[in-house]
Amino acid sequence: MKELLKNLNKAFENRIRLGIMSALVVNDYLDFNALKNLLGVTDGNLASHLKSLEKSDYIRVQKEFLDRKPNTKYSASDEGKLAFIRHIKAIEQLLK
Amino acid sequence: MLLISSQKLFFPLNNEYSNFSSIFTLNYKVLFMNQQKYIEDLKNIKEMMNKSSKFISLSGLSGISAGIIALIGAYFAWITIYSKTGYQDFNRTLLNNDQLIELLTIGIVTLLLALGFGLFFTRLKTKKLKQKVWDSQTKTLLINLLIPLLSGGIFCLLLLIKGYIGLIAPLTLLFYGLALVNASKYTISEIRSLGMLEILLGLTATYFIGYGLIFWCIGFGLLHIIYGIIMEIKYKS
Repeated sequence: MKELLKNLNKAFENRIRLGIMSALVVNDYLDFNALKNLLGVTDGNLASHLKSLEKSDYIRVQKEFLDRKPNTKYSASDEGKLAFIRHIKAIEQLLK
Repeated sequence: MLLISSQKLFFPLNNEYSNFSSIFTLNYKVLFMNQQKYIEDLKNIKEMMNKSSKFISLSGLSGISAGIIALIGAYFAWITIYSKTGYQDFNRTLLNNDQLIELLTIGIVTLLLALGFGLFFTRLKTKKLKQKVWDSQTKTLLINLLIPLLSGGIFCLLLLIKGYIGLIAPLTLLFYGLALVNASKYTISEIRSLGMLEILLGLTATYFIGYGLIFWCIGFGLLHIIYGIIMEIKYKS
């Protein structure tokens, strides 16, 4: 049992972080507002969770300007995708 | 769990054992709670993946309305084509220019009405699901739908100009089917099998050339209504 629990990723224990990763692995990229609409969370809440995922190098952030307005695009890094798949596999193992 | 409680019964006074069993129970309790959480997690992951990458607000009602409009359109087309020819010449007709223009008008009006109603019902559903009609999912869906559909549409118009009228009904079905299969990755899964059926119908209609209008009624009318009802039942929430 301990072995199984070890494979679970602490970064994905949180519902919102899990949601962000789920959305990012099936899309090339999503911007801040798209993520906000998807998850139905406040700006501050989303920003802090994005920051923590960024710190673990699971997501990549790309800032640019659209019609002179700042626009931030988020995408899952290879490392993040791998960690996410490992996390799902661990859950599936655990539920077996 | 039963075993643990029986242990407790057998060794009620033995501190060491009762301690051991309570830790054991606790461990199991935590694991069980976690299991519930992870089942929920998996459900959430799946939902988020679908919601973020697919257009799921397609309304069954838009399918039903499109089917009914197609049938009405086909009825008018039938009147235009066969009103002046006898019943026996059903599958061998020549069209004059006036009839062609009339048919084109019927086609365009049918298409616009079907699209309009489709958009209306889809709008209602996106409001219910609190999603936007126009976002990146809709864009990818439309682009992938329109590439085969527009090329097919232009191809059919060229055939019409060149006078190959008999092939138009089968080919519209065929291209529509291909467009649906191509776009199905970006929306609910039922669209894929609908596309396959339209392709099959288009090919069959090419073989039974001259009965295009009947196949057209099945493909655009009947199938849309059936799939609309299925979707309406399955995704009603």
